[in-house]
Amino acid sequence: MEPAITVRALDHHFGEGEARRQVLFGVEFDIARGALVVLMGASGSGKTTLLTLLGGLRSVQAGSVRVLGREMAGASARVLAEARRRMGFIFQAHNLHESLTAVQNVRLALDVHGAVPEAEAAAARALSLVGLEDRLHYHPARLSGGQKQRVAVARALAGSPEIIFADEPTAALDAENGLAVVALLKRLGAARGTTTLMVTHDNRVLDLADRILTMRDGRLMPA
Amino acid sequence: MIALATRLLGRLPIGWLQLAHRRGRFLAAILGVGFANLLVFMQLGFMGALTSTVGLPYAALDADILIQAPDANTLTDGSPLPRQRMLDALAVPGVIAAAPVFMGKLEWRSADGSARSLDVMGVDPRLPSLRALEGRREVLTLPGAAFIDRATRNVPPEVFAALDAGTPQRFEFQGRGLTLHGSFTIGGSFSGDGWLVMSDQSFVSLFRNRSLHAPNLVLVRAAPGKDAAALAARINAVLPSADAVARPLATALARDTAFQTTQRPVGIIFGMGVLMGALVGLIIVYQVLSSDVADHLREYATMKAMGYRQGFFLGIIMEQAVVLASLGFIPGSVMAYGLYALLTAVTGIDVLMPPERLLGVLAGTVVMCVASGALATRRLARADPAELF
Repeated sequence: MEPAITVRALDHHFGEGEARRQVLFGVEFDIARGALVVLMGASGSGKTTLLTLLGGLRSVQAGSVRVLGREMAGASARVLAEARRRMGFIFQAHNLHESLTAVQNVRLALDVHGAVPEAEAAAARALSLVGLEDRLHYHPARLSGGQKQRVAVARALAGSPEIIFADEPTAALDAENGLAVVALLKRLGAARGTTTLMVTHDNRVLDLADRILTMRDGRLMPA
Repeated sequence: MIALATRLLGRLPIGWLQLAHRRGRFLAAILGVGFANLLVFMQLGFMGALTSTVGLPYAALDADILIQAPDANTLTDGSPLPRQRMLDALAVPGVIAAAPVFMGKLEWRSADGSARSLDVMGVDPRLPSLRALEGRREVLTLPGAAFIDRATRNVPPEVFAALDAGTPQRFEFQGRGLTLHGSFTIGGSFSGDGWLVMSDQSFVSLFRNRSLHAPNLVLVRAAPGKDAAALAARINAVLPSADAVARPLATALARDTAFQTTQRPVGIIFGMGVLMGALVGLIIVYQVLSSDVADHLREYATMKAMGYRQGFFLGIIMEQAVVLASLGFIPGSVMAYGLYALLTAVTGIDVLMPPERLLGVLAGTVVMCVASGALATRRLARADPAELF
């Protein structure tokens, strides 16, 4: 079975001309389907850049990135959009839509697959999985940081993605809430066979990981 | 309501929810669009007033066909033509009546220094020429007798009250005494404050350089059922083209309107005004929509990361464009009605709102909003989502 993610000879640069700076150097790895992989490294080591390249949020410049059997390098806007629909993202900042209620935010992730009957009910179920069944119609401004991040988790999971990319999902949370969110991801991922790639600085999360990748100065360290 | 919109759109009404979430901004945006509407309405109102005042004296004439000198651009500016042309026209079968009209201008100054610029018509009191004078034109046979346009600006209301009571009013007009015996209504224009009508005899004694043998216009009436255009062509066939041209009344009016709106400074200025109004409106609408897109770029980037495509964002912007265009139209048109009424009261010129102008401005606003919205989302289309967070 093909791995969920295959990366080969991946380089990446930021900036132009004099300011051009290489941030990724020949990165190569595979991630098997269903694994929970933690990506570690100092800030500025290229973790977030790598994550956004895998998720099709940034154009691949050099090398090959295959996600769920699809090459992301040079893919058209249509192919990238379709690929993203099979992924779920949890961002450092929750990135909820401030004009929408919790349940509407989660619905967004369902509606992208086309008109879904009972979308509202499905979104409400996803929120009850993260313990927010009594906050369905709250706007983000009325939710605490932990609650917002849990809405973001519910949103990432609601579309039943095959891969979840999480960029420091616990950064905005206290220790207890952070661990709870990761445990939730692990539990739900295991139940659905979802592959999860998580960037984190949080050492307590490592026990839950199937595998740990470490980045340093744009290079992947040998395991 | 949200549920209904969701069903209609097949998705959450995100554009509406975004607008409604920030009430203050939403209100400001609606007023901005409304103001853009008002700008265009005002310029169109000026332009429309110019066009409609051009038509007022034409509507007062009892004529199907006008004969003017070839150099005439408007009703009043043509050279005099030989009175013989009236007799020539009368000889054409299908013509049942013809009457000469003399055109002049005079300043009516009062002792207090107030002044009105009057367009003067000299008519033959034995012949019908102005519909409003039928039944009382023999009054004009008195030397120095005149009727005054009731809509003349800047005339003390006591004058009209006295005329209505049947008391003639004597005034000095450029050193000559005239007696006002009554009033009729045409309405002022951009070049004149009102009209004065008198007999051709009184006219030539007031305008010493004019002759009874050379009127400015000949009014022609066609036999009932006759086509004015065909008859005008037949009259032109007998008239020497060097000094006279016959045109159906509607054609003469259309020429005059075209001349005044495209050749005269005032028409060009109002035309430019309409253009500038539309341009400023476009800029306001673009500003409103593009700043809304900029404010939500992060959220759109997140949606893009979920797999939404450009068409979806375009849909959100269109939704906002239509909401803003329709809601902004309400205060815009209400304010325009108010200012039209104010202008009408102050200038004596009817500034009216034809229904097609309402529809046109609404449609134009929707188109402008949609185009601005499409323009405002270009940045979103180009960027990778990771660059927008």
